[in-house]
Amino acid sequence: MKFSTLKRHFKEGARNTWRNGWMTIASVGAVTTTLILVGVFLVLMLNLNHIASELEEDVQIKALVELTAEQSDLDQIEENINDISGIESINFVTKEEELDNLVDSMGEQGQAWGLYEQENPLNDAFIVKASDPLETERIAAEIEEFDFIYRVNYGQEYVDTLFKFNEYARNIGLVLIGALVFTAIFLISNTIKITILARKKEIGIMKLVGATNNFIRWPFFVEGMLLGVLGSLLPIAVIIVGYYFLTQNVTILQQFDFVKILDFYPFALQISLIIVGIGASIGVWGSLMSVRKFLKV
Amino acid sequence: MIEMQEVYMTYPNGVVALNGLNVTIEQGEFVYIVGQSGAGKSTFTKLLFREEIPTRGSVEVNNKDITSLKWKEVPFFRRNIGVVYQDFRLLPRLTVYENIAFALEVIEESPKSIRKRVMNVLEQVGLKNKARFIPDELSGGEQQRVAIARAMVNHPSILIADEPTGNLDPETSWEIMRILEEINASGTTILMATHSREIVNAIKKRVIAMEDGMIVRDEHRGEYGYEV
Ligand SMILES: Nc1ncnc2c1ncn2[C@@H]1O[C@H](COP(=O)(O)OP(=O)(O)OP(=O)(O)O)[C@@H](O)[C@H]1O
Ligand SMILES: [Mg+2]
Repeated sequence: MKFSTLKRHFKEGARNTWRNGWMTIASVGAVTTTLILVGVFLVLMLNLNHIASELEEDVQIKALVELTAEQSDLDQIEENINDISGIESINFVTKEEELDNLVDSMGEQGQAWGLYEQENPLNDAFIVKASDPLETERIAAEIEEFDFIYRVNYGQEYVDTLFKFNEYARNIGLVLIGALVFTAIFLISNTIKITILARKKEIGIMKLVGATNNFIRWPFFVEGMLLGVLGSLLPIAVIIVGYYFLTQNVTILQQFDFVKILDFYPFALQISLIIVGIGASIGVWGSLMSVRKFLKV
Repeated sequence: MIEMQEVYMTYPNGVVALNGLNVTIEQGEFVYIVGQSGAGKSTFTKLLFREEIPTRGSVEVNNKDITSLKWKEVPFFRRNIGVVYQDFRLLPRLTVYENIAFALEVIEESPKSIRKRVMNVLEQVGLKNKARFIPDELSGGEQQRVAIARAMVNHPSILIADEPTGNLDPETSWEIMRILEEINASGTTILMATHSREIVNAIKKRVIAMEDGMIVRDEHRGEYGYEV
């Protein structure tokens, strides 16, 4: 196709969009509503995913050592752990340090309980991190076999629950997004169909003059794309402003220090591109779907 | 050249519109097709640009049997045939200029050449001053001249006109005929279905008369030959 022809199709598509007036506004409205909902879902889902993988990174194995272990036994254990494949780091914590941590984490209450006055009930421990978080379980199991290891824990239930929750959230989100997008396509193709009914005769005339189906289709393609892009402007503005506000006010969220949402940049840019992309696809699909029937002659 | 052999046409609803047509039309001829309403004139012309496909028989246009054209080839075939109807069939939202330009945009002419050729045909049909009007702002005769301009702008080898003067007053009809004769003079074959006794009898050409889907008379420099 020549460049001048492409230009012609874009001009024609833009002109039809403009001339269809209320129909255009109705279609754009349908896309806008859909994309705002889709956008909010996406922001939630992507952030949940992000938080989950951050937490996943933090998953560590705590191997408690029996009280009877001597220094040589500790050295032996460390050596053995080092021999396991896929280990990122090993840290040794004495039971005194563990107690400090515990008291710290409890704040003033901890002091009040007077834990230091009693005999330290805790164990020395090795803190082990796997290079691949998903290997955690295997490594934990191996460590558990070593002598003088009293118990191994790695917050398994906690992480598993989170992943399960995430998976549910993602699936529900995808189904909802799918349903929304489908509805929007349906709405658009119907509104465009109304304008096409009026244009049915025109399509017949174009064919009489020797226009190919693709030639007739192109302006509709452009029109659909325009509808989608126009429909994504407001959602993008809403998401960008909303997300900016959120990132500026995370102080509330920071109380839970595990919650780290995605940075404004580049996330806002990425989500905007995704929204425009979905919008344009909805528009194009809806538009081409509605013209299809009239081209079968 | 147009050549039809043993052409039968039955519409899906069972109406037999053509009943064994045999006809040859040489390049550059001017042919009237006459006959009473329902005789099959329009059906005859529709076969020639693949608007309809005959139930049986062959339709050759420029030595190619168009009954076996693939669906994808049809638009390209049509670009060599100009078609004019009594209801003009202009694109209502486009200007006169754009309506004619459309036929050239379809064949991807350069914008410069489109400008030149559209202005040329507008000159020929005497509508240069109405280039920016939309069809609704024109009289019937003017709209028909636009339709003819669009049909002739890419120099088709055949121009098919189905009652081109059907909606026009006598004066305007003569104007349309003058333009058609001019196009014919440049070598374009013209097939014109008409009910106009005055025109057929005044401007003598070959006359093909139809009745019940059959050709009942075929004369050079013929008469209209029917009582209305
Ligand atoms: N699309 C169609 N479907 C079914 N029957 C049709 C169709 N078009 C035409 N016919 C029938 O075919 C026959 C021939 O019609 P056609 O239009 O060719 O006649 P015509 O000679 O052009 O008549 P007129 O002078 O009134 O235009 C008529 O009986 C008509 O009813
Ligand atoms: Mg007819």
